[in-house]
Amino acid sequence: MNSNTWEAVIGLEVHCQLRTKSKIFTGAATEYGAAPNTQADPVTLGMPGVLPVLNHDALQMAVKFGLAVDAEVAERSVFARKHYFYPDLPKGYQISQYELPIVGKGHLDIELPGEKGGEPVVKRIGITRAHMEEDAGKSLHEAFPGFTGIDLNRAGTPLIEIVSEPDIRSAAEAVAYLKKLHQLVVYIGICDGNMQEGSFRCDANVSVRRRGTEKFGTRTETKNVNSFRYVEKAIEYEIERQIEVIEGGGTIIQETRLFNPDTGETRAMRSKENANDYRYFPDPDLLPVVVERSQIEAIRATMPELPEAKRLRFVTQYGLPKYDAGVLTGESELADFYEVVVKSSGADAKTCSNWITTDLLGALNKLGKDITTSPITADMLSGMLKRIVDKTISGKIAKDVFEAMLNGEGDADTIIKAKGLVQITDDSSIIATIEKVMADSPGQLADYRSGKDKLFGFFVGQVMKATQGKANPDAVNRLLKEKLAP
Amino acid sequence: MSLSAEQVRQVAHLARLEIQPEQVEHYAGQLSRILDVVGQLAQANTEGVTPMAHPLAMVQRLRPDVVTEPDRRADYQAHAPSVQDGLFLVPKVIE
Repeated sequence: MNSNTWEAVIGLEVHCQLRTKSKIFTGAATEYGAAPNTQADPVTLGMPGVLPVLNHDALQMAVKFGLAVDAEVAERSVFARKHYFYPDLPKGYQISQYELPIVGKGHLDIELPGEKGGEPVVKRIGITRAHMEEDAGKSLHEAFPGFTGIDLNRAGTPLIEIVSEPDIRSAAEAVAYLKKLHQLVVYIGICDGNMQEGSFRCDANVSVRRRGTEKFGTRTETKNVNSFRYVEKAIEYEIERQIEVIEGGGTIIQETRLFNPDTGETRAMRSKENANDYRYFPDPDLLPVVVERSQIEAIRATMPELPEAKRLRFVTQYGLPKYDAGVLTGESELADFYEVVVKSSGADAKTCSNWITTDLLGALNKLGKDITTSPITADMLSGMLKRIVDKTISGKIAKDVFEAMLNGEGDADTIIKAKGLVQITDDSSIIATIEKVMADSPGQLADYRSGKDKLFGFFVGQVMKATQGKANPDAVNRLLKEKLAP
Repeated sequence: MSLSAEQVRQVAHLARLEIQPEQVEHYAGQLSRILDVVGQLAQANTEGVTPMAHPLAMVQRLRPDVVTEPDRRADYQAHAPSVQDGLFLVPKVIE
């Protein structure tokens, strides 16, 4: 896109499934992957005579979200019916919130790369509102010629829909916002964040306008994009498309579009006539939801430390570089792992960070595991680091111990003992080896003594080799200097 | 307040109600009179009054997050017009 001429204006609507055991208005299960319609009870099926009753935990989670984005949490909110006909919605309306949502204006700060590799820039994205609603069922169009199969297991799963202000200006910003939001809802434990399973889905409202103009262009809405990469591609495509249409003399129609991941394009959905005439009105089956100030404060007291606060604390408390702090606080389980290791091992903060961010995360990535399924527990890593701190093993030998722990050969002490990896720190033993190396390499010794300083490395290598890497490197360096001196 | 014939057709379509063309004017007259009755409320001074969301002056009760509903798919699908592999089948809808 010609970024000098055109500017994109983007707002996102994120549907986030709340991590409850039962549905928002009934005691049917919400577990993913059950056989079709085995979690569809009379309320889910929209049978006559049933009444919805709000799930306590779903409400708590919505309030938690509000607190996490520093929003006004409504003490009184109201459920409304949103009417449309589609077979995955048996009642003919979705229970949602309209005029009085549970969460009002809030915000989320995202970090963007600075220009020309400079310091990252923080940008605040406004959150307009977040409201509670029920999810719809799933339609399967492929399997039955002439028919659509309907699975209502997902219908009635609690959602919050999080609506951003049109503050986003590029696909990259949209992805940064989504990632931040995703991290946040997983952190505070209200969503499992599984995008493949549809737990976190995004609709993107995109328009373009000539740079410098105030007025928004006509927007399109691209529906249900379920990966970060697809969001980026869908928005980029949509921006390009709109600019081409306008530059070609056309006009943008306000419409709903679908992203096709195979082609990377968006296409217009067959427009539902008057699709947006939802005829909202307050649902007479549900009374106004009241959350008292004291209850909100009680929920606030149960909030975990938020990712941003934790990241700053890791920098100030442990003296870690911002980058390390960012990686370690990316997931709360990883941050907890780090804190166990740094507190119990006695190793310095940066050393602990290196072992976790480089060695452990690298190994887990190869194994296709994450920190919660790591074969090396925080206690095991801490046990290994203790042996480095007390000089039982060198950092180099520790790499072997680490590999062995990864292979399930036990904890560090077991492995060190079984493999005879205890470091040689005893000077006399190291001196004996040094003397033998010197006797075996008279040529190198003479060259070194006549000024070829670089050969020092050769002697270190020979001594380490002779001790199978077990000699304490500091001691080897110190004793070699003494011995090699002419 | 009067409702046009076009608005009647629109509302009927949204509600998926089939009405005969010759009935449109009739319904337009009836519905307009209902709106007139309700429209009297507009004369009340509602300055500073919180809009009523429900006629009962009560607040929503909550239920604990517990799974209480067993799987009774076979019973619930017994009276569905068409089912296969556990799915309800409906005439094809494509978007």
